Amino acid sequence: MKDLLSVIRDEFGKFILEVREEDLPTVIIKRDGFLEFIDFLRKEGFNHLLDLCAVDYLNYKPEKKIERFEVVYHLYSIPKRELLRVKVPIAESDCWQYSLTSFWKAANWFERECFDMFGIRFKGHPDLRRLLMPEDWEGHPLRKDYPVELPEEKEWKAYRKFKTKAKGAQ
Amino acid sequence: MDLSLLPAFVIMLIIYLVLLLLALLHVAYLTYVERKIIARMQQRLGPNRVGPRGLLQPIADVLKLLHKEDIIPSAVDRPVFLIAPLIALVCGASGLAFIPLWDKFVLSNLNVGLLFILALSSLSAYGVILSGWASNSRYAFLGALRASAQVISYEIAMSLALLSVVLMAGSFNLQEIVRAQAESPFKAFVFPQIIAFFIFMVSAIAETNRVPFDLPEAETELVAGYFVEYSGIRFALFYLAEYFGMVIMSGLAATCFLGGYLGPFEIPGLPFFWFLLKLYLLLFFYIWVRATLPRYRYDQLMGLGWKILIPLSLANLFLTALFKLWL
Amino acid sequence: MSSPLIEITAKKNSSEAIVEPFYLNLGPQHPSTHGVLRLVLELDGETILRCDPVVGYLHRGVEKLAENLNYNQTIVLSDRLDYIASVANNIVFALAFEKLFNLKVPRRARLLRTIVGEMARISSHLLWLATHALDIGAMTVFLYCFRDRERLLNIFEKICGARLTHSYVRIGGVRLDFTVDIVEDLYKFTEEFPHLITEYETLIDVNRIWLKRTKDIAVVTPEEAINLGLTGPVLRGSGIPYDVRKFRPYDAYDEVEFEVPVGEKGDTYDRYRVRMIEMRQSNKIIRQCLDKLKETEGEPVLAEDSPDLLIPERVREPEPKPHPKRGFIFTGREVSVVPVGEAFASIESPKGELAVYVVSDGSNRPWRLRLRMPSFVHISAIPELTKGHMIADLIAIIGTLDVVLGDCDR
Repeated sequence: MKDLLSVIRDEFGKFILEVREEDLPTVIIKRDGFLEFIDFLRKEGFNHLLDLCAVDYLNYKPEKKIERFEVVYHLYSIPKRELLRVKVPIAESDCWQYSLTSFWKAANWFERECFDMFGIRFKGHPDLRRLLMPEDWEGHPLRKDYPVELPEEKEWKAYRKFKTKAKGAQ
Repeated sequence: MDLSLLPAFVIMLIIYLVLLLLALLHVAYLTYVERKIIARMQQRLGPNRVGPRGLLQPIADVLKLLHKEDIIPSAVDRPVFLIAPLIALVCGASGLAFIPLWDKFVLSNLNVGLLFILALSSLSAYGVILSGWASNSRYAFLGALRASAQVISYEIAMSLALLSVVLMAGSFNLQEIVRAQAESPFKAFVFPQIIAFFIFMVSAIAETNRVPFDLPEAETELVAGYFVEYSGIRFALFYLAEYFGMVIMSGLAATCFLGGYLGPFEIPGLPFFWFLLKLYLLLFFYIWVRATLPRYRYDQLMGLGWKILIPLSLANLFLTALFKLWL
Repeated sequence: MSSPLIEITAKKNSSEAIVEPFYLNLGPQHPSTHGVLRLVLELDGETILRCDPVVGYLHRGVEKLAENLNYNQTIVLSDRLDYIASVANNIVFALAFEKLFNLKVPRRARLLRTIVGEMARISSHLLWLATHALDIGAMTVFLYCFRDRERLLNIFEKICGARLTHSYVRIGGVRLDFTVDIVEDLYKFTEEFPHLITEYETLIDVNRIWLKRTKDIAVVTPEEAINLGLTGPVLRGSGIPYDVRKFRPYDAYDEVEFEVPVGEKGDTYDRYRVRMIEMRQSNKIIRQCLDKLKETEGEPVLAEDSPDLLIPERVREPEPKPHPKRGFIFTGREVSVVPVGEAFASIESPKGELAVYVVSDGSNRPWRLRLRMPSFVHISAIPELTKGHMIADLIAIIGTLDVVLGDCDR
């Protein structure tokens, strides 16, 4: 793993923002060199896309993050038995990331969910729709500025319609 | 009108009514017995709340179904939707009239009785197809498609299997077939016609849409298939039709292959004993199969029908014909 | 016939038939979609041309809720994810938080966790076998499996008082130690269970219809399986021996001996075989752990500095009162007792690889709690697996993937 990280530092030096080794080896990389980097990792044997998610660091107190969002990838190499975390900071104003669907079909739904929950668009995704939330939902629920409970006038339209209908029936 | 005919007519009517009532009772208690037997096979209790040992359960079920609202969805083809369960039931149940229950007891001793039963059971497929079509539901439609394909292909195998019996007996009259069996050296056609018997049993299960051929109503695939939109008493009619189908097919098998109402010896005072014994054994077979086997897939079912059963029954028919010709 | 059809016929080339796909909406209320899965199918007769799964009917926003609850409270949420094997969810939550807090779990607690984890695997696989067999039409197997699952649930009830939503595993250990009674029950169960598996196998393993319905259905090649992100028994059915219990041992799995079964062809039958062998292996693991449990008699089952014991004293937060509108969503003071950082833990849950990624900002509530659920990935693979199969096979495929919608929708 140490060798791999040093290779990564050499080869992708201009894109790498930081390499950490806390609980897991973590590479924080710029969006620009991301696809080549993943391609490189796949050739190194990281064949299993374990997880893909985003984190919203709005008003995150312990440290100042570069950008508001981070897309976090957990990659696993089944032949080498190694786990690697890759993070890509995404700006709120320029909220998109490259899609991994051309590498892994599994990325399809992960990215749809990520788009659904955070509003991060994935370039190159064949079918970017909402997944868990209804199609006509407004807002992206897992963003930190999205409240746990919406005020009544902002509730989901279809639900409000049902509610008035139920009240009318009584 | 000749008044002297009246008592005979009334007696006939009473006999019809009694027989219908008995048949209905049989069908109702067939559901109870099926639930009980399957429960035993699956290590549970089965119905045991209504009456002693749950004996009144079928009656409670009927009452419940009668009370239920007869929901007719707005998008259905109304007249066809209403009449389809009746077609299924009437065609399914009237075959009972041709099966000889005893030497001196057959409602309609028709010379083409066997053909008539086959024709009726083919017609009952119309009930299924029409209900699926009229329901205007995709599940019902798929169920009806499956049912029509299945009934048509298995009908052929079944008819060919029965034709071998007809060749052996030399008659389409069921009464005659029974007598022919008594006169033959085998005493029952099941021995020389074991292949035909096997084909008939398999086709009969398919014909009545029972496990493992219950594709038209496969619960885990098509929810309930062709009667998915039906409720209340109309639903019950389909249910009744299925069980009538079982009873008639078992009756037919008993008559054509197992020597009908004749037994190894006469039991005084119990004229229907042998027939009922054979009937119950065959019905138990149906229930047993249901508790044991998984379900076929649509194409596998058609493959079994067209690639195995029909060639087999044809070969059997030819063999029987040659046998009759030379001996 | 109505006129539009005639018009279309006239416009088309006469040699060309009008082909209109038949759409079928399977679910969300359907007996065999294992919950509220909805599949929009495009059919040609009975053959599936396209399949689009629609999920989210059971979405309860667990990830969002967890950001507003303290660490201990999220364990209760985890029960509701994969409700068939809720202990597995408890364990992965606890493992992630322990990594974050740097807690050392006592050995006895690790053994107990392994036992309940494997019990959950057996009970989940039993339910899978029951429903899978029922989907294919074998009704009797269903009831046999439920009969034996009942025994496990009774043991669970003795262990923690709950039959389905256990919340038995806590951060830093487990809630309660086993009593002598439970150990006896488990010994008895593990003794009898292999015979019970043989009983199910005699019912379906030699059944020609069962073989016809499962062999060569939904074949997944090893490369395809990894590409689709499949894990657990489904991946192993394709011949890749990837098992988190072996590759990254957690709890007491490095102490016990077991084998990881793999399939050859990667069809539905292989996945069925893999799960059947897995049940036997789980049984073996429980047996070994029970023997080891004697060595650790009397040891604690909860780490000394577990937040289960410490947070209420150190933080002295006021008792959470139910908010009139928000129920029990707890928004108490934020006290820095948790290290800043992030942690990732994954386990081999009965359904597949279950992973938790937690980010902490130092408060008593997780900043972000990400759940990677096996069913989610498996459902996303359904369109690929069903291509060219029939409706009846689709039902078998849903069964063989062993999906739980509470797991998928979160």
